[in-house]
Amino acid sequence: MSLTFKPVGSYHQDFSFRNSEEAIQRFPFPFPEDQYMYSVNLEPATSRNPGSIFEHCFDIDEHYRSEMVERNRVLERDPRRCLVMPHMQTAAWDTLAMLMEHLSQDYPQWFALSRDGDQWQWQNHALGIDQRFTYGDADTLPCEPLEYIGRQVQGDFALLDQREGDLFMDAGIVTCPADWSLAFDAGMSFKQWHSPVPMAHQMGVFDRALKYLVNIQVGQPVRRLNWTLTINPRLDTSPETFHEWGSDRASITPGNVGSLVHLRVELQVMARLPRSNALMFSIRTYLISMDELVTQPAWAQRLHRVLRDLPDAIADYKGMTLYRQTLVDWLSQFDSQA
Amino acid sequence: MSGFIPVRVTDIRQVTPVIREVSLQSLGTALPKFSAGSHIQVLLPNGKRNAYSLLSDPLDTRHYRIAVRHQENSRGGSRYVHEQLQVGDELRIAPPANLFPLHNEAHLHILLAAGIGITPFMPYCTELLRRGAPFELHYAYRNCISDAYVAQLRDLLGERLHCYDSPQRRLDLKHVLSNRPLGSHVYACGPQRLLDDLHQQAASLGWSDSRIHSEAFSAAQSGQPFSVQLLRSRQQLNVSADQSLLEALEAAGVEVPNLCRGGVCGQCQTGYLQGDVEHRDHFLSPDEKAASLMPCVSRGCGQPLLLDL
Repeated sequence: MSLTFKPVGSYHQDFSFRNSEEAIQRFPFPFPEDQYMYSVNLEPATSRNPGSIFEHCFDIDEHYRSEMVERNRVLERDPRRCLVMPHMQTAAWDTLAMLMEHLSQDYPQWFALSRDGDQWQWQNHALGIDQRFTYGDADTLPCEPLEYIGRQVQGDFALLDQREGDLFMDAGIVTCPADWSLAFDAGMSFKQWHSPVPMAHQMGVFDRALKYLVNIQVGQPVRRLNWTLTINPRLDTSPETFHEWGSDRASITPGNVGSLVHLRVELQVMARLPRSNALMFSIRTYLISMDELVTQPAWAQRLHRVLRDLPDAIADYKGMTLYRQTLVDWLSQFDSQA
Repeated sequence: MSGFIPVRVTDIRQVTPVIREVSLQSLGTALPKFSAGSHIQVLLPNGKRNAYSLLSDPLDTRHYRIAVRHQENSRGGSRYVHEQLQVGDELRIAPPANLFPLHNEAHLHILLAAGIGITPFMPYCTELLRRGAPFELHYAYRNCISDAYVAQLRDLLGERLHCYDSPQRRLDLKHVLSNRPLGSHVYACGPQRLLDDLHQQAASLGWSDSRIHSEAFSAAQSGQPFSVQLLRSRQQLNVSADQSLLEALEAAGVEVPNLCRGGVCGQCQTGYLQGDVEHRDHFLSPDEKAASLMPCVSRGCGQPLLLDL
């Protein structure tokens, strides 16, 4: 399937972001059942369903240019969205190598990589970039390697150092988080940065997930989907900018719920980085408005049931308590048994 | 386990009378990158499959190098490498995995090697020198028997290298571990006895467990032949005296996830419903042993085994 990019749409102010018909078709609707509960829903990240978001390890779609503009905008305003502790330099270069290798292999019409020892040439035709550099020497790039490649790939990246049987958030580039902060979580262990999640700790979800993640081997990445809701197609819902978006939740009415409320799905891929032994945690975010979502009747019906029956603690954690009833009432018109 | 890599033996070097170094080159594209402390599994033509530390420079993806000690009680793996393996032979290896990584926040790395336990520390030294990180290597061996790479290490490390030529000069763990700065980490690779002594000595000197890292060079040992039944695939297998249960399962086409093949990593943990087990692993708790076993090292004895496979 050939990949083309839409004209640049925005994820702030006028929110001109929209999905095409094709983007709606390939949206990763995350609910396999009519109800939702936390689970360790990890599976091997093998390629499947050509054209779907599961075909390639790092999915590039029609919003590529828009998202890269948004990444630059957020980084200009807040450079701390990219952070690399000194001991994570090797992991940052590992990440650059892994992303360049995958993108050039999976999307040869847009990306090209040629290598002669540590002399590398990277071409990104989508953004008009042609860069020669020395692998391992940050001075030969316009900026530090994680930021350099992060400005050219959709999604956020956290790089986790593995030591003492645990994972530590010691590097990352995060400009489209679902209400979490890299600067706040920096240096935390796996269970520390997950401590705000309700119920799951008691269920043992994080014990099992951690045990699984520390055993991920080179060349055997795994993936899972996660979800929440967001008002407006706003990618940057970070605590640092809460004053800009927090009050949006109080603005939902029966009249605007279809256009303002978005289902936000994260495709998370976890891969072992070969030289550093760090774990890459990539978070690729997909947004779809309720108006777009209900063009798929099965999704509309199921989402109604999931949100109607969601435990209050989870709804609260996901930040939907203020407008949940309005949304459920609106979705009920698409559920024949409601 | 998928993704075996075909390789060719490009060099064999007798490093000491009992240690052979083998160089491997990919038959296809470059070999995977790896981190210091990684090992590979080598599938030998005689069906034996052992894990060996990579001792080459992690930046070198053209060759891997391993070193194999001739084991007196070899089940056939080390004997094959020493007596039959030839330059030009083709083998298959599993991609590198790391069960013994460097601790990235250590302020001082203290490396303890005994005999063939030197192998994971070869890339450690390369990597730590490249990083400019503070470290020292304490290396115990028997002169002219298990003293692999001593001259090379002396050139590379200078004063960082401390040699213990047993039995003339013994490694004094108390001395090595005493009065160390906060943030020191110790890494040991050697026989189980060394690792036990290390944990005991370190504990008595107030070291926390999180600053002690070890890798035993354990592998499956021979035993009595036994038979097993597989519940789900309804097979009956006979395991010979010098075969591990894991190897017997693999020979029958039953793949069980595994990494270390030495009873340490826990990957191949398998449930059993009945039978008597001779547990030989260092992973399972006494409670877990009532219903689980590690087929890479443990064997059946007495009542026949019924495995949940």
